[in-house]
Amino acid sequence: MANLKELSRVIPERLSSGHRLCAGCGASIAARQILMGTENPVVVGCSTGCLEVATTIYPYTAWEVPFIHNAFENVAATISGVETAYRALKKQGKIKKDIKFVAFGGDGGTYDIGIQSLSGALERGHNFVYVCYDNEAYMNTGIQRSGATPYGASTTTAPAGKASFGKSQFRKDLTAIVAAHNIPYVAQASISNWNDLVTKSQKAFSVNGPAFLNVLAPCPRGWRFPSEKVVEVSKLAVETGFWPLYEIEDGKWKLSYKPKQIRPLADWLYLQGRFKHLKKEENKKAVEELQANVDKRWKELLIKCEEAGK
Amino acid sequence: MNKLIALTGDQAAAEAMRQIEPDVVAAYPITPQTEIAMNFSQFVADGRVKTEIIPVESEHSAMSACVGAAAAGARAMTATSANGLALMWEIVYIAASTRLPIVMPTVNRALSAPINIHCDHSDTMGARDSGWLQVYCENAQEVYESIIAAVKIAEHKDIQLPIMVCQDGFITSHAVEGLEIFDDKKVKEFIGEYKSRFSLLDIERPITVGPLDLQDYYFEHKRQQSEAMKNALTIIPGVLGEFNKEFKRNYGLFEAYRLDDAEIALVVMSSTAGTAKVVVDNLRAEGIKAGLLRPRFFRPFPKEEIAKQLFGLKAVSILDRSESFSTQGGPLFIDIRSALYELDNKPLMNNHIFGLGGRDIGIEEIESVFRDLIKAVKDNKLETKVNYLGVR
Ligand SMILES: Cc1ncc(C[n+]2csc(CCOP(=O)(O)OP(=O)(O)O)c2C)c(N)n1
Ligand code: SF4
Repeated sequence: MANLKELSRVIPERLSSGHRLCAGCGASIAARQILMGTENPVVVGCSTGCLEVATTIYPYTAWEVPFIHNAFENVAATISGVETAYRALKKQGKIKKDIKFVAFGGDGGTYDIGIQSLSGALERGHNFVYVCYDNEAYMNTGIQRSGATPYGASTTTAPAGKASFGKSQFRKDLTAIVAAHNIPYVAQASISNWNDLVTKSQKAFSVNGPAFLNVLAPCPRGWRFPSEKVVEVSKLAVETGFWPLYEIEDGKWKLSYKPKQIRPLADWLYLQGRFKHLKKEENKKAVEELQANVDKRWKELLIKCEEAGK
Repeated sequence: MNKLIALTGDQAAAEAMRQIEPDVVAAYPITPQTEIAMNFSQFVADGRVKTEIIPVESEHSAMSACVGAAAAGARAMTATSANGLALMWEIVYIAASTRLPIVMPTVNRALSAPINIHCDHSDTMGARDSGWLQVYCENAQEVYESIIAAVKIAEHKDIQLPIMVCQDGFITSHAVEGLEIFDDKKVKEFIGEYKSRFSLLDIERPITVGPLDLQDYYFEHKRQQSEAMKNALTIIPGVLGEFNKEFKRNYGLFEAYRLDDAEIALVVMSSTAGTAKVVVDNLRAEGIKAGLLRPRFFRPFPKEEIAKQLFGLKAVSILDRSESFSTQGGPLFIDIRSALYELDNKPLMNNHIFGLGGRDIGIEEIESVFRDLIKAVKDNKLETKVNYLGVR
């Protein structure tokens, strides 16, 4: 595969600079890398959230490609409509080009409020790529917990306090939920591993039918780390086994990357202010539980990917 | 040659959709609309239309997909009733504000709770401020024809607004009528090929649809939307004129029945107007100068024309098939009363809320309203109040 510089020469900029996302925002990095995954013309849909709000402040737009935002929970249904219109008009000979479709949703717009519309669109088999840029909370409305927020993280609706260590539920496994729809391509990726991410995006765009990418896209504001550390934070999520990289092609699970040695979760946790309270003695148990959960999930993944014992 | 066939209101709607042959239809069932979705799906399955159908998982997604398809430059349609429309609510507003000419046959049904599948207008009246055009039909023939006309109205370059074509659940949607059906070709010719001004599929001219619009522009966009609604008021009669000429009909923004020399009148929409006409005829036979005004378009609201029609009447009762809970009467009453405010010579006026949840309304009840008006004229006195007709 080409390197990033070469790729960016082949594929013109689709999300231009000048948008209003925070410095070091993982969402814009994810979007730009994913949009390198196809040379075809592409139409972008986006759910309500940071990515949409910060790139389309009227009368400006950072999108160099056709873009639609409808509402918070319905980007999958919206892109279903766009893609179906495309098929209808193509059949009638009114459109000649091969156009690709991609929907971006935050974790709130995907794991929670948008899961019905996503599930419906996947089941119907529209030819589109769905990307969840997972920053593990509702960032646009001010860092509220979502179904993707990790156990123990402090958010504005699951704050740590005298009687609480932060969020008391484990995150839901959306990638597996989507995989259960038996669509052609499902993958989990991280902006830190760009080569892996762009390759997965290429695969996602090339399959016939729905494809899904769950991309870890850290939020310096919500996770409380300095913006220049965004890649490091993403990388440690992968190296600690918190965010494994894998793909499911036609139902077959495959690990994309195996850290030489899985690092302790604490290396990742304590880079971030949202877990700061877990350093306190009384919260040590929560860290142990979180570590145990990550270990367990990692083992299960190895079994699914037929990597156990290797 | 027009063809005569027996169809229900739902089948009539599906038949219009078949002839229109939209590019995209999103379908989701809800009683009493379901037959529209079913009949149209069969047309697709039988290869009678080229339409791409999206069998969505909810009405929320039906309207969302219509927004996507229409923004992509396709002719898009869906149909719904009651709770389905309520579930769409958020996107119903977005469709209008994005100025997408979506046509939606809507079969009026009471909103829950308690759950009730029968007719009243609480569903579409709830969407009355969404910026959609709304036309209310008396019978299946009008449903069929209004859906065809609606395409041309919604897509008019100076309107560009979505439209609900409403019919009464079960009363119209499930009753069989003899229907005159136009030639497929003539319908296609009348609506013409749709060319949207902007499309997401126009790769060379990328557009951003649905941006964030803050204090500096949002208000202006709403004002433009309001202008489109005003435009609709002057453009619709023109489009209906073309329709009338082509298909030899006589549609307008409203229907005035024996109103010219009337002294007392009712105002009522949809199928109830049919029953009321019988009452008017009976009273006329007795020498009583009764008349009827049936608004077809509730949005845009033809304020001046309605005021003109009711001017000079001695007493009028407005019949609403929904409650607004304002304690000031139903939505039709409130709008009509406000339309008449500037008249020097206002008729005596009251409001009747009727037929909620499918409660039947018969000739006797409608006649009783007229009898009250006759008495009011005699006494020159009528309390402007809200009455409930046919409730125990
Ligand atoms: C129906 C609805 N409920 C709530 C909101 C408020 N809202 C807008 S964006 C958002 C959170 C977005 O979170 P996420 O999808 O994770 O994206 P992020 O902002 O983190 O990028 C919420 C709750 C809304 N716009 N619509
Ligand atoms: S708050 Fe977080 S997700 Fe939102 S723009 Fe800033 S860094 Fe990105």
